[in-house]
Amino acid sequence: MRTFLTVFFKEILDNIRDRRTLASALIMGPIFGPVMFAFVINMSIDRALDNTESSMDLPVIGQEHAPNLMRFLESRNIVIVEGPEDIDGAAEAVKTGKHDVVLVVPENFGEQLADTIPARVELFSDEANSQGEKEARRARNALYAYNQQLAGIRLSARGINPMLLRPINVDEVDVSTPSGRSAMLLGMMSYFFIFALLMGGMYLAIDTTAGERERGSLEPLLSLPVTRGQLILGKIMATCVFMAASLMLSLLSFFVVLKFMPLEQLGMTPNFGLPVVAAAFFLLLPFVLLGASLMTLVASFTKSYKEAQTWLSVVLIAPTLPILVVSILTLRPQLEFMFVPSLSQHLILVDMVKNEPLNGLHIAISVCSTLFFGAVLTWACARLYRREGLLG
Amino acid sequence: MITVSGIHKSFGKVHAVRGVSFSAPDGKITGLLGPNGAGKSTTLRVLYTVLKPDEGSAVIDGADVVTDSLAARQKIGALPHGAGLYPHLTARENVAYYANLCALPKSEIDDRVADIIRLLEIEEFADRRTKGFSQGQRTKVSLARALVHDPQNVILDEPTNGLDVMATRSLRHLILKLKDAGRCVLFSSHVMQEVAALCDDICIIANGQVAIDDSIEGIRERTGQEDLEDAFVSAIQMVGEE
Repeated sequence: MRTFLTVFFKEILDNIRDRRTLASALIMGPIFGPVMFAFVINMSIDRALDNTESSMDLPVIGQEHAPNLMRFLESRNIVIVEGPEDIDGAAEAVKTGKHDVVLVVPENFGEQLADTIPARVELFSDEANSQGEKEARRARNALYAYNQQLAGIRLSARGINPMLLRPINVDEVDVSTPSGRSAMLLGMMSYFFIFALLMGGMYLAIDTTAGERERGSLEPLLSLPVTRGQLILGKIMATCVFMAASLMLSLLSFFVVLKFMPLEQLGMTPNFGLPVVAAAFFLLLPFVLLGASLMTLVASFTKSYKEAQTWLSVVLIAPTLPILVVSILTLRPQLEFMFVPSLSQHLILVDMVKNEPLNGLHIAISVCSTLFFGAVLTWACARLYRREGLLG
Repeated sequence: MITVSGIHKSFGKVHAVRGVSFSAPDGKITGLLGPNGAGKSTTLRVLYTVLKPDEGSAVIDGADVVTDSLAARQKIGALPHGAGLYPHLTARENVAYYANLCALPKSEIDDRVADIIRLLEIEEFADRRTKGFSQGQRTKVSLARALVHDPQNVILDEPTNGLDVMATRSLRHLILKLKDAGRCVLFSSHVMQEVAALCDDICIIANGQVAIDDSIEGIRERTGQEDLEDAFVSAIQMVGEE
């Protein structure tokens, strides 16, 4: 027991003094997640606003020939700006990308309209330019709407129901709910917690194994009258403490960041108060043992600090795989999933944040199976430490 | 007292140690001498139990290094070749860590660490972090760490490597002090003069085998060479010709 505690406290002290370990545990993991999250949320908000409310500029040649049309376009949040000099100039401007779209209203537009001849306007756009295509479509849609409106007025003037022109009425219904919309973002969130957790212990896992070997401090350590099992256990537990601290910090930083995010604009109201922070911490705590022993095990196999870093960055990504598969296949939480570490935590956490009722059995299975895998890997580390090949 | 009997060790196809036997008695300094790659380090690593021999064994004060390795480790202080320190800990903390791991009584640790720091003359830099220490400073701290639990048997693998004249001299004094205290000191080197200046018994190893195990006088006699370096060379050739 004393050996275990000695190793444990020495590793904690040693790594607290190591700036790189401290930075990755206390800054990188906990800050990276929330910042990334804030970035994605802001982008979604921007895009949501973009489609409906933002205005677009439409260069028009001869706007004085169609004042009513111009007023109609302005009512659709299209700002009419002065176009190029003439038609050649319009084609040139679209071709060079100066304007995405240019509308040309000929001089006789009013006359043709009055004579009920289809009045001609020209819309210049570049179909090959996908960015400009969006603007062109918006201008075209607005012109069609004006066309419909005029047709309706003409029919009404002749005593004919304008509805005759609309045999079919298509109504689009969006069935996505606010919580459903936020599901993807929430899925991302649970991975950030796991990422921060693993990041927090990564350098410890390397330092206590490959690092110790590279430094040449492993061999004298192994020549001491202590059992190797106690050495490795002390190292894994120190890694666990760093991972747990990193997890706690990242949960708290999320808690703070969410307070400042305009999530209501996206129709999202995540349930992420302090009680959920605490519950999430205990839900993810079993994963700490698994993460620490897995990273220690992988790092023990490597020959050098650099090699360990390479392999452990693979380990950082591994927990996303089950989450990704389930997200892509859009599977609902099932009992079997609770046996899979990282996936089970993810599914339970998503339910928690969505404020849905939690399944006690699911939580119990998640905790037990994750602890079981963690214990197996810890045992494997202890076995590995008994091999003499460890010295490399 | 260390008794080595018929150790064999292979790494893959390389048969590094081929039946090495010798003994290192208490109160004497035994030198393990041999060219690079002769199998000195491998033999010592078997003694401080980080390697298991394929064949044969060794006994340290009655404890077998294979069957009772924990007890054997309790009786030794080892300085492996190129031993590293923890750069973020001070010299004193490095030594205290080992004192704790060797399960010295908690109340004695501070005194014991202070004693060994004084003995090895590292007070001046004892409370600095070991990052950036010179080779000599590092060796002294590693040695303090290995000796902190006052072991009866001391195993040093090429301890003078990379040390300057002054550091080598003070290390030599320390080894002589250990001898006077009745300790069994076993150390390896590839430098003939160094071994000749210190050792009571010399075991020359070449090609994974013991060429000669004798006192300095005995080696001179058996090789017929007056000059020690010539004696060393001819002893190595004796193994090579077999």
